[in-house]
Amino acid sequence: MGKTLFEKIWDSHIVVEKQNSPSLIYIDRHLVHEVTSPQAFDGLRMNNRKVRRPDLTIATMDHNVPTTDRSLPILDQTSSVQIQTLEKNCKDFGIKLFGINSPNQGIVHVIGPQLGITLPGSTIVCGDSHTSTHGAFGALALGIGTSDVEHVLASQTMWLEKPKPFEIRVEGKRKNPHAVTAKDIVLSIIKNIGTGGGTGTIIEYRGEGISDLSMEQRMTICNMSIEAGARAGLIAPDEKTFDYLRDREYTPKNYESLVDSWKENLKSDSDATFEKQFTLHIDDIAPQVSWGTNPGMTCDVTESIPTPDEFSKGDVNQKKGAEKALDYMDLESGTAIEDIKIDRVFIGSCTNARLEDLIEASKVIKGQKISPHVKAMVVPGSQMVKKQAEEMGLDKIFINANFEWREAGCSMCLGMNPDILSPGERCASTSNRNFEGRQGTGGRTHLVSPVMAAAAAINGHFVDVRKMDLS
Amino acid sequence: MESFKKISSIVTPLDKVNVDTDQIVPKQFLKLVQKSGFGKFLFFNWRYDEHENKKSDFVLNNPKFENSQILVAGDNFGCGSSREHAVWALLDYGFSVIIAPSFADIFLSNCFKNGILPITLDQKIVEKLQQETGTVEVDLENQTIKTSAEEIHFDIDSYKKKILLEGLDDIAQTFQYEKEISEYEKESKIPSVL
Repeated sequence: MGKTLFEKIWDSHIVVEKQNSPSLIYIDRHLVHEVTSPQAFDGLRMNNRKVRRPDLTIATMDHNVPTTDRSLPILDQTSSVQIQTLEKNCKDFGIKLFGINSPNQGIVHVIGPQLGITLPGSTIVCGDSHTSTHGAFGALALGIGTSDVEHVLASQTMWLEKPKPFEIRVEGKRKNPHAVTAKDIVLSIIKNIGTGGGTGTIIEYRGEGISDLSMEQRMTICNMSIEAGARAGLIAPDEKTFDYLRDREYTPKNYESLVDSWKENLKSDSDATFEKQFTLHIDDIAPQVSWGTNPGMTCDVTESIPTPDEFSKGDVNQKKGAEKALDYMDLESGTAIEDIKIDRVFIGSCTNARLEDLIEASKVIKGQKISPHVKAMVVPGSQMVKKQAEEMGLDKIFINANFEWREAGCSMCLGMNPDILSPGERCASTSNRNFEGRQGTGGRTHLVSPVMAAAAAINGHFVDVRKMDLS
Repeated sequence: MESFKKISSIVTPLDKVNVDTDQIVPKQFLKLVQKSGFGKFLFFNWRYDEHENKKSDFVLNNPKFENSQILVAGDNFGCGSSREHAVWALLDYGFSVIIAPSFADIFLSNCFKNGILPITLDQKIVEKLQQETGTVEVDLENQTIKTSAEEIHFDIDSYKKKILLEGLDDIAQTFQYEKEISEYEKESKIPSVL
């Protein structure tokens, strides 16, 4: 019987296999950041253990770094301690660190691919749930907790129960690919399968709607696999994948011979079987806007907010969840999405802060000003993205429209640094989670694509970006 | 890690689905560099108002549940962020058993690494347990939950059961496979980063 792409990567990384129990899996790449690693390094010290493969480990600081002037000291003492702790840990254990002033600093899931560290067919872990992003390159990329960070640092392996393969086919062609984006595809998927729809699975995204996407768009899709509950998401590599990784700073020297073997091996066999399947037709999908407090609570920009009954389809617990979400979001069923006014706009995060995202958003705002009641910011995903955007003059387009143009980091996606919403503020955000308080205690998040966020910034409320000229 | 003992306690019902780890421990408390002391931050935004006064309508603030060690929650518990701080907070607060119809994968794995027993049960049984007011006994050895009315069996992977019961350091366990890891490394085709 044939194997899925995931099963091929899994099989080639088994160190110890046990029946009906977790297997010991080898990890090819370990990405480390400041928030989920200090306790892991402490654990190594307490037990007198070393990092087994510093040459397979890379660190950066992204979660709580300030996005303002980096020449100034960090005012938040606890953030500062966490950053210094990572510096010390990397030095003590011999790990390569892209520190706060490195030109390669950035969100860990943006810099991995950008530097050619992410490779097809590899296993990648990081103490961050959005590690699934790297699956866009045909890697098995898993978010892990701090205990597993420690385990991988010590042994370069981890014990894993084998997840089940889940095929999601994306069929058809978007009529307006500048207005209906990868973000809208993945939000549509989550809206349909639910936030627990992928639990215990590895999603493989397939079909014309996926192969048509650029690598950066594919990363947006795989990034949000975790929001559907999946352990990871991946896409079989193709010429676009191989081209993207060629000649990057850390692309392996024997790259072309690796590409030859990847071409041969890294695809699901035609007779492979998936435990679960779902198909999304994208010919007619609309830009998506989340209205609730999880990413499954999403609807078309042209729709009105559903009633809890409509949303829950008879499930009592989901209904209660929707009622609570509407209360938290201070929204009423029946309100048209386009009538929702916003206070803040955040273009950033590991979901949507790559160069293409900024290019597309800049087309929407070029020559315009944001609504006077709106505060808006762009936080590039990495210092390299920032530099490339500045070389293209995108910073000026944003600044002229009254956006703030910041340094790279996770920023207001999770609000660990000073970039947060005030209680009650409503934000159009290109990030991945609209959980209660995620962007700031009492803050209200609506998940959208970069072009939808840009359009909302100009209008002061959500608008259907398909009506705008994006050529 | 401490070995898992038999637990006897009343249950705390948390009648919510899709409880994400941002709710279990909000982001502002993730900056600490140790594992201890997270209990006071557990469900912080649900437990306290903006002036940090206790909200009387939240279940954890009901004195009846003060010494409860068993949390009974809704579907997809622990979804979202991989932050292990969520598990450290639950443990430090005093919970050592969490029962739900389903758990998010990373959260589930984090529980076992810290000596918390997560038990997955059918939705109807979970709902019944949420109504239970008497003492409930959780016996991992025999894989049973005893209430005043009945005995419920639960499933658990035998390796994870052993890790919890014996309080094993799983890195030390893994080091027993040093030979296998070294042999794998000799064959590995993926080059080093640097």
